[in-house]
Parts: sequence; structure tokens; C-alpha cells
Amino acid sequence: MKIQRHGAVLGLVAASALLLGACGSDNNTAAGGSTPTSGASAPVECGGKAKLNAEGSSAQKNAIDAFVQAYKAACPSADLAYNPSGSGAGVKNFNAGQVDFGGSDSALKAGAEVEAATKRCQGNPAWNLPLVFGPVAIGFKVSGVDSLVLDAKTTAAIFSGAVKKWNDPAIKALNGSANLPDKDIAVIYRSDESGTTDNFQKYLTAAGGWTKGDGKQFKGGVGEGKEKSAGVAQAVGSIDGAITYVEWSFAQDNKLSIAKIDAGAGAVELSAESAGKAIDGAKVKGEGNDLVLDLNSIYGTKAAGAYPLLLATYEIVCSKGYDADTAKAVKAFLTVAATTGQGQLAAAGYVPLPKAFQDKLLTAVKAIA
Amino acid sequence: MNDPVVAKRPAGSGDPGAARGVAAAPTASEAPIPPTPAAPETTKAPHVRPGDRIFRGLATGSGVFIVVLIGAIGLFLILQAIPSLGLDQINFLTSREWNTTDPANLRFGILDLLLVTVIVSILALLIAMPIALGIALFLTQYAPRNLARPFAYVVDLLAAVPSIVFGLWGLFVLGPVLFPFSEWLIDNLGWFPLFAKGNVNVQLGGTIFTAGIVVAVMILPIITAVSREVFDRTPRMHIEGAIALGATKWEVVRTTVLPFGKAGYVSASMLGLGRALGETIAVMIILSTTTASFGWSLFDGGATFASKIALAAPEFNDTRSAGAYIAAGLVLFVLTFVVNAIARSIVAGHKEYE
Repeated sequence: MKIQRHGAVLGLVAASALLLGACGSDNNTAAGGSTPTSGASAPVECGGKAKLNAEGSSAQKNAIDAFVQAYKAACPSADLAYNPSGSGAGVKNFNAGQVDFGGSDSALKAGAEVEAATKRCQGNPAWNLPLVFGPVAIGFKVSGVDSLVLDAKTTAAIFSGAVKKWNDPAIKALNGSANLPDKDIAVIYRSDESGTTDNFQKYLTAAGGWTKGDGKQFKGGVGEGKEKSAGVAQAVGSIDGAITYVEWSFAQDNKLSIAKIDAGAGAVELSAESAGKAIDGAKVKGEGNDLVLDLNSIYGTKAAGAYPLLLATYEIVCSKGYDADTAKAVKAFLTVAATTGQGQLAAAGYVPLPKAFQDKLLTAVKAIA
Repeated sequence: MNDPVVAKRPAGSGDPGAARGVAAAPTASEAPIPPTPAAPETTKAPHVRPGDRIFRGLATGSGVFIVVLIGAIGLFLILQAIPSLGLDQINFLTSREWNTTDPANLRFGILDLLLVTVIVSILALLIAMPIALGIALFLTQYAPRNLARPFAYVVDLLAAVPSIVFGLWGLFVLGPVLFPFSEWLIDNLGWFPLFAKGNVNVQLGGTIFTAGIVVAVMILPIITAVSREVFDRTPRMHIEGAIALGATKWEVVRTTVLPFGKAGYVSASMLGLGRALGETIAVMIILSTTTASFGWSLFDGGATFASKIALAAPEFNDTRSAGAYIAAGLVLFVLTFVVNAIARSIVAGHKEYE
């Protein structure tokens, strides 16, 4: 009885998969002839592989979830499974051909990674598309202090142990009126290897004279490490005088106060607009449609009202070399992600793409073949 | 003369559940020895039957398989670790630094990992061993039979709780609860190195102290289950003899059960220690990592071999830096091997366990 029912469901799935597969390849040959050439709000051409697989950075997991919702709404019967197993795993499995695209906190590294990716894409270059931007909040909890202004230099001093007290003159100088207590600063960092740590240290290097180096392990030599974003945010929320760097959504969920950053043009509060401004000023250092960002142009931004501490995460895709079905589905997904999918991002703690940047991305997505 | 005791014997000597009731009727009227010599007689067949050969082959195969498997694990660890060990810029065994960010300049040493792993495990063992001993003795010697059975199941159930649950419990519940006690220890016994103020925030509870207690709870069922089985097999004759000599319950336990079960109990504890050494997820969640080196305090943070590897594993993308962690895993493998070897030799040295 039970087995029969399962059999029926299985049969249904198999049948629909066949049907979809047939549909996909049909549509594809038609689309291959007439290349779509429309503007920024590119219409989505659904079809192709019914279920895409992607893997990588856990920092963009919630954004991908939002994209998948939008993708399913735009293309009924299409789906994508994202496995947030980390950037390293994402790159490795993309290069091994296990997943259709990879998510990573950093662009492919020149050398072995790029070579392997080229091989995976049948000899064509892989592109790094920065699709998801997550602001990193400097979250803190000090009783009696709701608002705090920091600049990169002071932040670097706090996270390297040079500034040890909340009422240190360096902090006082930036917060004239605040009533800072004579309390030790408890620095909390990520104990696991993380792209957030890497980006935070790169930001401090670029803008704050941090000399400890970057990388996915925290190098500050002070404080204590907690596991994952949830762990650090929870830890800061439970002791007075703690400070950390953590993705925006975690800081919000744990009701941490978020420091404003003064990059030289006044204190800037973290918001979708202020982070969007920093993305607008970002320079691309990749060639053509390979949109590798010059992160220093974000971290070092002096633009008024721009929040510089952002984590840019890439989707790593093949420029060419997918089979027709996969290419169609990947393009459809990325198009949805860059357009309608952006609507849900602010709620999930990410920054929606500014218009100019969105256009660049869509051009690249369209060029995937 | 000994009639009441003899009559009671079958009820106590049976191992688990249902068999006992069946065995009780015939053995009550006979001496307990006959069944043992009777068994080998029936198996003395003049020629080898196919079933014999098949069973022998299967058993030998299983034995060889596990040896090969362990050998393969060791070989894998060694092969993966050697290239990275060759690239290590500092002493692997005596350094406390761990920096594998730049594969071209690997700097990793395991001293802190080794110390934290050992201290967490020893603390867990020190807490779990006496409690497990108490539980096992209670279940086999003191508890009424109809209470002992369900009680034993409950203890075994503890082994089935996922370690992530223990981890979250340690982080969210136990850590905060321990804070006042930890603070008291630091304030009053801080002069003693083990209770000195550590390198992490006590209020967060991410200390070796918290981790050790949680791991102790996790290894408790293992030690208890094995010890219980061993104590349960204390020869009835010994116990009866002790009772006949007028021993009280405690004297019976001290003069017969404990000497008989000692080797099994130590072996069980070593098994628990092995588990504690390798415990990953719970320790990873609870223990705060720190960039300061281990200072011999229970209120330090740090990382064990297993938690260090687990923290970094999702981002392995270079075989050279991954090799550094595998080298640490190799040390843990050897450490566990040594612990097990010690346990085996203790058991082998006390043949009365057989």
C-alpha cells in the first residue's frame, strides 16, 4: 500500500522531469537563434535544467534563498539548491564540475584556482560576478551607550588591542558627547575561518593602517573567538563592553548597537542607502565581464554618506562551456537574482544593487553562453 | 546452610532481560558450573563442516578488515600531512603558533592544541569516572532489580543525544549557570594555576571548565554501560563467600566487586577518554578560541585538535594548509592510539576479568 503510493509519486516526478527536460531543450534551440537584446529590466527566459545546484559561501545563503523564491515565482517548476558549505568548498566543487555555479567570498585566485575553473568550463574563462553585498556591522554592547562613532584607525586599534578601554581618548575624540564608561573592551571575533573576518581585516588594512595581515583567521591577537556569526553576535549580546564585527542581519537579530563609521566625511550610519553608495563607487579590476572588484575602492571610499565596510560575495560561473540546458537555467536564475530578487534583500540584511551596477551585472549574465 | 543465598542466585546472575526468567528454573536446583563444560563437548566434531569454514572466514575477514581500515586511515593521515609538515616554518610539536593563511609560509605548531585537548579530556574523565562508578555500582549492587533496568536504559539514552545539543546546552544554559561558581573559584583559589583568571571572558562561559563538564556528561554513559556489564559479572561465589564471612554490602563491593571489575572499569574509562579526546562539535560550540597561548588555567579558552579542524574545515581550499590540520589530526590519532594501547595493557594485565 505504502510502497505503491511512493511508486506513484516517483512516477509522477519522473514523468514531470522528462516533460520539463523536453520542454527545456525545445525552448533552448529556439532561443539560441534569436539572442535577446533588451534593457536593464531583462525579461527572464525560463527553462533549461529544472533544478540547478550551487554551493559555497554561507554569507550569501539568505540572499540566495530570497533569489530562489523570486526564481520560483518567475519560472514555475524551476528550482535551485544552494549548499552553504563555505567558499572553499564552493570553489572546489565548482571546479570539479559538481555544481553549476559556486558562491565565494573572494574572487578566484590566479594560478591553480583559475586554471582549474578554465578546465571545468571546457577551456573558457570563469567569471566572478559580485551579486550579493552584505554590510558588516561593528556591533557592540555597552550599557548607557547607544550611539558610537568609529573610524577605521580606531577600529584597528581596538581589534589589535592597542585601545583597551571604552573611555580611551581615541574613542572619546570621535564621540564628544557620549558618556563612555571606564570599562574594558571585550573583543569577540570569529573562531571559524570566515570570509567576514577576511574582509574585515582587508578593510582595516586598506583604511585603518592595520598591520596584522588579512586572511580568514583573525590576526588581531586580542579577545576571544566564537563560532560562526550566530556565536559572535550572541556573545556580544550577553556581556557588557563587548564589540565584534558581524553581518548586519545578525547584529539586528541580536539587538546589538551598531557603530557609525567616519571615513573622513562625517559619521555614516549603516543602511541600505549608505552601503549602496559605497557599491556605486566600486571599481572593477577584472577584464570585460569578469567583474572582480577592486575592494580597496570600496573600503577606502571617501564619498559622503557611503558606508565602506562591505562583504562582497561572488557567484562564480562559466562564461561558456555549460551544456545548453544548464546555461539557460543559470542565466535565468542570475537574471532574476539581479532584478526582481533584489526586492527582498534589505529585509534579509543585504544591500540591494544600485542601478548602474545592476546593469553591468546583467550585461555579463547575458553574455553567458 | 547457604540456602537463601543460593536460591537468590539465578535472579541476580542473569545478564539482560528475558533470558533470566527461563534460566532461573533449571539452575536453581543445580550447581552453576555444569553448563560451561557441557558446551565445548558438543562442538568437538571429528571433521570441519562447511558452516565452520564459512564462519571462520567471515570472522577472520572482519578482523582483517578493521585492521586494514585503521591502517588506511593512518596511512591517509600520514600521506596528507607529510608535505605540509615539510613546509612548516616552525617546530610542529613545540610551537604554539597556528597560521595557515599563506600556504607559502605555513606556521603551525600543536603544543596548545595538545594541552587543551588533554586538559579538557582529563577534566571530563575526573568528573565522569567517579560518577560512572557510582552509577554502575548502584545499578548492579544496590538498586532493586525492577528499578535497575529502566534506570540503565535512561543512562544509555544519554549516549544517543546528539553532541550539538550538548554543545548548545553548554553554551546557553550551563555556561551562564557556572559563571558565579567560576568567578568564586577565580576570586578565592586564583593563586592556584588551574583556577587562575584565564585568557577569555568567564561571563561568556567559553572556558575549558565548561567544556570539560559537558564532555564529562557525554562520556558518562559509555563508562557506565561498560562498567555495569563488568560489575554484573562478578562471580556469585565471591560475593556469597564475602557475605558468608559476614561482610556488609560496602565490604562486599570493596572486597569482591571492585577487585574483579577494576580492569573493566579502567578499560571503560579509557574508552570514555578516547571519546573525550575526539569530541568535536560540542567543544567547538562551547570553547572560545583565543589568540593568547594556553596558561594552565581551567578558565582559559583555546581549541582542541578536533574543534580546530572542524572550525577550519569548511574553508579548506589549499591542500597545503589543509595538510596542516590533517597533521594535527594525525597527532590526535596517535594520542588516541596510545590511550587505547594503555587501556588494553591494563586489561591484559588483569586476567581475572576473563
